[in-house]
Amino acid sequence: MPDTFFFAAEVMINGLMAGIMYSLVALGFVLIFKASGIFNYAQGVLALFAALTLVGLQDGQIPFSHVINAIFGTELHHFGWTLPAIVAIALTALVMVGMAIVIERYILKHLVNQEPIILFMATIGLAYFLEGLGDVLWGSDIKKMDVGLPQGISETIETVTYNWFGYGFFIDKLDIVAALVAAALVIALTLFSQYTKYGRALRAVADDHQAALSVGISLRFIWVLVWSIAGFVALVAGIMWGSKSGVQFSLSLIALKALPVLMLGGFTSIPGAIVGGLIIGMGEKLFEFAIGPMIGGATENWFAYVLALLFLVFRPQGLFGEKIIERV
Amino acid sequence: MFYREAGDFKTTYSEDSQTFPIKFDRIRYYAVLAVAFGIIPFFINDYWANAVFVPFLIYAIAAIGLNILVGYCGQLSLGTGGFMAVGAYAVYKLMTAFPEVSIFIHVILAGGITAGVGVLFGLPSLRIKGFYLAVATLAAQFFLVWLFNKVPWFYNYSASGQISAPERDILGIVITGPDTTAAAKYLFCAVMLLLVAWLARNLTRGTIGRKWMAIRDMDIAAEIIGVNPLRAKLSAFAVSSFFIGIAGALFFAVYLGAAEVGESFGIQKSFLILFMIIIGGLGSVFGSLAGAAFLVLLPVFLKNVLVGGFGWPTDLAAHIELIIIGALIIIFLIAEPHGIAQLWRLAKEKLRLWPFPH
Repeated sequence: MPDTFFFAAEVMINGLMAGIMYSLVALGFVLIFKASGIFNYAQGVLALFAALTLVGLQDGQIPFSHVINAIFGTELHHFGWTLPAIVAIALTALVMVGMAIVIERYILKHLVNQEPIILFMATIGLAYFLEGLGDVLWGSDIKKMDVGLPQGISETIETVTYNWFGYGFFIDKLDIVAALVAAALVIALTLFSQYTKYGRALRAVADDHQAALSVGISLRFIWVLVWSIAGFVALVAGIMWGSKSGVQFSLSLIALKALPVLMLGGFTSIPGAIVGGLIIGMGEKLFEFAIGPMIGGATENWFAYVLALLFLVFRPQGLFGEKIIERV
Repeated sequence: MFYREAGDFKTTYSEDSQTFPIKFDRIRYYAVLAVAFGIIPFFINDYWANAVFVPFLIYAIAAIGLNILVGYCGQLSLGTGGFMAVGAYAVYKLMTAFPEVSIFIHVILAGGITAGVGVLFGLPSLRIKGFYLAVATLAAQFFLVWLFNKVPWFYNYSASGQISAPERDILGIVITGPDTTAAAKYLFCAVMLLLVAWLARNLTRGTIGRKWMAIRDMDIAAEIIGVNPLRAKLSAFAVSSFFIGIAGALFFAVYLGAAEVGESFGIQKSFLILFMIIIGGLGSVFGSLAGAAFLVLLPVFLKNVLVGGFGWPTDLAAHIELIIIGALIIIFLIAEPHGIAQLWRLAKEKLRLWPFPH
């Protein structure tokens, strides 16, 4: 039964591609967790906010138009221009940097030395705030994102694989782009952290806050930097997810999907985020394909968590996480 | 002046170890009880019961449950919604399978079943710690919601996939179903909250509560001084899930009447209850109540002001509500990481010294 085999292979490849999407969100988590020990629940909402801002800027929407209309009874919606995608992306990146500065200035600075759970709660508060802000700024209707990324099923792959195996693989072009972008992002981040001054400072802070401070690295600057990078990663994730399934509230829920990826890969490992994403993506698609129909389907909702849970019982620090050493 | 222990002499051990050592606190406690059971039931109407009192009482039970796990035992959990769903579906199955048994017993049994499920999902806590555990409890949340959605046995094969509470009574007074009076709903939930709060308060100041707190403060050190982490953690999971299960059962049977699992017991519920205990105060029964009151009243208040006062559209008001809740959480954490309970404690401390602060 070669057809079933090929079908399973296709499911697996699509799972890998979906896993890359999870990894994109997980990357942002890992960056912030490494540099500041903050478990940033808001990463998914950051992606949503970035995508909303991008679409809003591109379409020339008037920010806060809903509030203005509600208060003054006007009918404002658009400025009436559309920006080219690249300009809108650059502007959104700037917005994310601005947001990093605001977050550091008004939240993190005041919460230095608090327990991790308090910081985690603060990021949940931030997630709520940004979700509300995004909706108030740009409206909560589902938006289409079009920044010129290729869409749809790749016909080349379909014909080539059909000629080779007698079975055409259906693979979304966007997924391929996402895989390439994720690879480029990881390479860029690695190069940045290995070879630039600020990248090294970042690693120093991740290693030991105190020691980093004592050699003159400004913690506050590093935090702004790392939140900016995480914001940029969120923007990339937002573009990919937004192009795939539209910009809407459910985008922020991918953060929840990124959590098992993190658990599997370890909270502190960038390669872990990628590998974890691939395992989760592939695992949940294959499970849904093989076992799902027998037990009622929609297993994708929980499979990732249960897999990560079972995995953690045997290896509590994740695949690539630093070994947890406990001292009294 | 009047708020101090001076002159309030204790002559027996039981007096010395009572919950409220200061006379004013005791009087206040009985006054609150008198108002809650003697006055409110006579004046309550459907709006107040459904918008404020019943959700407050039920969320307070759930918050006390979660506070035992997170605040006292230090095990971060995001599976509250799932455990509430267990309580709801357990009470539903019990109510429909044994109609002649009292609803009170069903609610308690539902709590017991939830405790069993909680222990099961608590097992990994022996290996997994901190945020890893929080994410692991998400497995419980999503798996349980999926289970109740997909297995028809749980909702008695009803066509809509919903569960709806049949009419049940205690001593002839209808407690569940569409004909319930506001006062009956309120009183039933209030009695449950009183029982739960009393139990929680006395558990947490006894041996078992001290063991939980030792585990919370440092589990390895606790192990060295002879606390069995297996028993302490699992008992925290069991007690916590027991309360949360009761809350879930009440939420479905008394408050909602009909429920769909993904909508009523989704991940949002887990976060809501977590917020309650963070804002109220981790490791405090009073904090659970205060946090629940705060987060139940805030949306009602905002809705009345924004929609009723300014006439804004409801969706906009909902978004502004999100912003305000998010901002409040952050402001609270920055200003007072230990929540309303800590503010209360400070206020009492100041009151004891007043009017002669050193």
